[in-house]
Amino acid sequence: MPYQRVKFYQTGTFTVGNRLLDESNRTVQAGMDRTNSLNSGHRACQGCGEALGARYALDAVMRATHQQMVAVNATGCLEVFSSPYPESAWQIPWLHSLFGNAPAVASGVAAALRAKGRKDVRVIAQGGDGATVDIGFGCLSGMFERNDDVLYVCYDNEAYMNTGVQRSGSTPPRAWTNTTQAVGVDPGNPMGIGKNLPRIAMAHGIPYVATASVADLHDLEAKVTKAMNFRGARYIHIHVPCPLGWKSDPAHTIKVARLAVESGLFPLIEAEGGEVTDRTPIRKQVPVEQYLELQGRFKHLFHPRDERALEAIQAIADANIHRYQLLPVKA
Amino acid sequence: MKHHIEGSQAVAHAIALCRPEVMACYPISPQTHIVETLSRKVKAGEIGNCQFLNVESEFGALSVLIGASAMGARTYTATTSQGLLFMAEAVYNAAGLGLPIVMTIANRAIGAPINIWNDHSDSMSMRDAGWIQLFAEDNQEAVDLHIQAFRLAEELSCPVMVCMDGYILTHAYEVVDLPTQEQVDGYLPAFEPVQVLDPQDPVSIGAMVGPEAFAEVRYLAHDKHLRALEAIPRLSQAFQDIFQRRSGGLLKAYHTDEAETILLALGSVNGTIKDAVDDLRKEGWPVGSLALCAFRPFPSHALRHVVQDAKRIIVFEKDLAVGKGGIVSSDVKMALRGLPTIVDTVIAGLGGRPIPKASVINTVKQACLEGLEEPHFLDLNWDAINRELTRQQAQRRSGPTAENILREIGAPGASPI
Amino acid sequence: MERKPFAITLNPASSLANHTGNWRTMRPIYVDHLPPCNQGCPAGENIQGWLYEAEEGKYEQAWRKIMEENPFPAIHGRVCYHPCETACNRGQLDEPVSIHAVERFLGDYAIEQGWQVEAGVETGKRVLVVGAGPSGLSAAYHLARLGHAVTIIEAGPKPGGMMRFGIPQYRLPRNVLDAEIARIVAMGVSIHLNQKVDNLETTIQEGEFDAVFLAIGAHLSKRVDIPGRDAGRMIDVLGFLKGMDGRAVPKIGRRVVVYGGGDTAIDAARTAKRLGAEETILIYRRDRGHMPAHDFEVEEALEEGVLTRWLQTIRQVDNTTLTVEEMTLDEQGRPQPTGRIETLEADTVILAVGQEVDTGFLEDVPGLDISSDGVIQVDASMMTGRAGVFAGGDMVPAERTVTVATGHGKKAARHIDAYLRGSEYRKPSPNTVAAYDRLNTWYYTDADKNRQPYLDLARRRASFEEVVGGLDTDTALLEARRCLSCGNCFECDTCYGVCPDNAIIKLGPGQRYEVNYDYCKGCGVCAEECPCGAIDMVKEVR
Repeated sequence: MPYQRVKFYQTGTFTVGNRLLDESNRTVQAGMDRTNSLNSGHRACQGCGEALGARYALDAVMRATHQQMVAVNATGCLEVFSSPYPESAWQIPWLHSLFGNAPAVASGVAAALRAKGRKDVRVIAQGGDGATVDIGFGCLSGMFERNDDVLYVCYDNEAYMNTGVQRSGSTPPRAWTNTTQAVGVDPGNPMGIGKNLPRIAMAHGIPYVATASVADLHDLEAKVTKAMNFRGARYIHIHVPCPLGWKSDPAHTIKVARLAVESGLFPLIEAEGGEVTDRTPIRKQVPVEQYLELQGRFKHLFHPRDERALEAIQAIADANIHRYQLLPVKA
Repeated sequence: MKHHIEGSQAVAHAIALCRPEVMACYPISPQTHIVETLSRKVKAGEIGNCQFLNVESEFGALSVLIGASAMGARTYTATTSQGLLFMAEAVYNAAGLGLPIVMTIANRAIGAPINIWNDHSDSMSMRDAGWIQLFAEDNQEAVDLHIQAFRLAEELSCPVMVCMDGYILTHAYEVVDLPTQEQVDGYLPAFEPVQVLDPQDPVSIGAMVGPEAFAEVRYLAHDKHLRALEAIPRLSQAFQDIFQRRSGGLLKAYHTDEAETILLALGSVNGTIKDAVDDLRKEGWPVGSLALCAFRPFPSHALRHVVQDAKRIIVFEKDLAVGKGGIVSSDVKMALRGLPTIVDTVIAGLGGRPIPKASVINTVKQACLEGLEEPHFLDLNWDAINRELTRQQAQRRSGPTAENILREIGAPGASPI
Repeated sequence: MERKPFAITLNPASSLANHTGNWRTMRPIYVDHLPPCNQGCPAGENIQGWLYEAEEGKYEQAWRKIMEENPFPAIHGRVCYHPCETACNRGQLDEPVSIHAVERFLGDYAIEQGWQVEAGVETGKRVLVVGAGPSGLSAAYHLARLGHAVTIIEAGPKPGGMMRFGIPQYRLPRNVLDAEIARIVAMGVSIHLNQKVDNLETTIQEGEFDAVFLAIGAHLSKRVDIPGRDAGRMIDVLGFLKGMDGRAVPKIGRRVVVYGGGDTAIDAARTAKRLGAEETILIYRRDRGHMPAHDFEVEEALEEGVLTRWLQTIRQVDNTTLTVEEMTLDEQGRPQPTGRIETLEADTVILAVGQEVDTGFLEDVPGLDISSDGVIQVDASMMTGRAGVFAGGDMVPAERTVTVATGHGKKAARHIDAYLRGSEYRKPSPNTVAAYDRLNTWYYTDADKNRQPYLDLARRRASFEEVVGGLDTDTALLEARRCLSCGNCFECDTCYGVCPDNAIIKLGPGQRYEVNYDYCKGCGVCAEECPCGAIDMVKEVR
């Protein structure tokens, strides 16, 4: 487990803060002095998981680095909703270049810092799943293999949302998108394994890889903080529901993310040097259906009921649970 | 001190003296010798704390420099041809962000058919990207232009391409006067960025700009180039003051006074052209030549000033705007609008085709005596072309043109038809 | 002139100029819903409220919060049948919060620390309370806090009523009872023991009382018609239990039968066992599932060796021989005779088949409406047909428990206070109940209930020592922290953290939060994620 769960504090141990906990044991987000790296007034949709994930991750980095950080952003929703002229929502030094080059740009920032002997300033690169698993993948892989001192954070909302919901390499099987319509035989995204970037990142043998979810803030912050203890290339893949693209209730953003974790479809793991070192156990396992049925992008699996698809998706969750031993060990 | 040295190594030497802080490189001929040399210099600790990144692509290379430059580092890379196209998106982006990156283009043709030899198609493809483009006539100028480029780029906060002809210059051993570190330090001040990523003073760089301000942003990029028209000769003069030789500037005239016909070209071919001018002048032809050093910004006023009394300008250009003709000549025509000057376009030297002095002389004479078709292709093998055209008309599945032409001309290794 | 490149480079947080609040169609508002425990508490305690204090180890604040509603935390922590725990939402998650155990800890801790409650500023009004049981004492306590002079007239030799005479010591040690009553006396309430009110009107006039609260317990045991030759072997349960308190210990012999199925019957059986009866047999006409007694009490009795005979009625007592008939339950769960008869031996039969109130002294009071079973009718303000005379506890139609009686005392006190001031007491209308489905239980850790220690069985069978032990400061803290704070903000910062628009303002410890409607887009994530359901989404009206 990436952090010490203080069972002594039973009232809302998993909440953002807790008045019963020592300040230092609360989340960064609980602090009245948190950075709000991504500030109010941004133009993200209601209930945007990515806006949330970005603030979570960057605020944690800000705390870990004592505000000495620079962020590089790929093109995408996050970039567009945060920085339309004349208003920027960023409180941090922030650079946007292109869709596919954020990892390389960040490598450049890191190289410049190295050249200038500035070890104190750390570099974050961030982008959506399109920027990360698809168009920016070459640059990302390059950054990994050179082991540049960059933490890359992928906010995975499982499709190209900024352009209006099209399939990416991270779109899950059978999900509707505007380029994988829910029509014809086996409607939605074809059944397949997709691109599992955390595992690809691990294959590079970089110092640290983790997955996180906006549904588990303590876990997310612990991983971001831990990542900042390493030098070299690090990768954190954060699951961020998109109410628009997933056709889910904006209020359900965290709920949906939580069900992804609790069903086993989005395993929370950590790896160092290419080897899985830990996983966050599922607290209460739920069938994948509970996750799927909250999202309009999977509506076609229920009207009429597509048992074959539901079983296949459950099998993916089961495989994750088996692979990472996600169920808690009974005492 | 003068050295007999390969162009690439001479340029690498000059780059090193400019104290770059971050270089990101990807191999592609014919620029490879430059980055190989720089790689060795960095590893050997000859360039201070400079970081040399071996990246996964040209797109990655320039992207690294975008980040490094935004972080306030002096940055450099080199590429050519397909590599420049592969980084195209970042080329525009670096200029749009106003990052003073210096990049060598070892000019080379663009495929298909794949061709590693020299012409100017690559840098011409990026002429509107917002970068300043300077063309070196020889390796001495290539060395000198890189030193000027850093100062120019950083003064204006605008990226600069220094274009030098692939192989013809990059791989040529010539005597080059390599500057000293003291000279370069005296000319090139430390980089002070106009915008920088700074935790103490956070800004957001790279905002999304809509219709309400985009045109203004673009105008400001244009305005920067207009200011470059003033800065380029000034910095060239400043260079001369320290290094005691003339290099760069907007353009260089050769016997243009009272010339009726002026030959105009970019890059190394100006050496051949000047020889041709000498020969023609000996024969009594009133000709001169003009080497365009700055292609972007395009020095319209300077050009017009030099050639306004000439009757004819013959532009020799190593590129082709397919379906139209000349690229440089179009700009020349625009510069001379309102004047009765005839502007001829000669497409020459594509894909490394030699431009023999005799062909230049013949073309000039032909132009002066008979006039030239527009555009005029230098030394084209019309037999091969016509046979291929005939074949294409005869059969739908006529096969790959490049292969067919190679067979036509009996190139070694080509299988008989 | 712009220092930075025009439009491409922007100043930090300049987005604050963009008020995204105008996107909103739904608006989050902070609310305090009624926790089911509070709703279920007959004494009207703000249980969630005092658990909140106890969670932080603020035991005195927690205790004082209880004392606003109930003067007997140490007693209730022992004898209350805690409907709060039945209602507790945590019961649907794992096990209910052991509210009574925390309350008992607080009560005991207060006694240990000697914490007192001050009487209110004197109003000059005099109130008579008849009966020093839980209802009367509770009314007296609240009236004293409100500044009224209270006189209690009690027929018995000691105050406490059923708490003393109906509940065995092993459930409620007398030092605890005495301490909590003493605290009320210390507030200036005078208790006149061994006095009976013969004529209420006369007593009112002589004592110049401005109001009266009638709070006499159901001290008369109901009789059942069992033919028997030796009535001496049959004793009533209240007589038996009263006999335990200080006077001669009843002689009951070696085999004792207790007849009845309520909590009092269980108390009697367990007391008999402790008095040395070798066999104590509980006879009840229905089965265990239909016993009115609380099951944990039955369980404890069984542990202690009490024997049971379900589905039997006593037909006849002949010296030491009892004739019993086997019963069967019909579809409505009512016992029906089967005709199957058997006999058993018993030295004593304790009858525990219900109690009644002695209302004889009220016969001359005009306007009182007394039903045949001795229950007095009261209006919503607990006032009887006679103006200024209020009644509560066992005397009015309600469940007869210490807690209900205590609640009546408080309620009556508030109405009496209003009556004395010439106004009307209006209980604030309760908030909607924070049902389980309002909760987001993921945010709470799994936490097993903290078990209270039990006296070992050998000693339970042989002594009147208290059976159930208390929590200590650590376990009480842990147990308090099991509270889910249903419907009431516990400052967990979740809303503050989960807002994608940073539109929640954290006001600081104890100050809770505010919504920044300039930026709140109305997504509803805060309301959805709030662990305790303290945020509602309402339609935005512009």
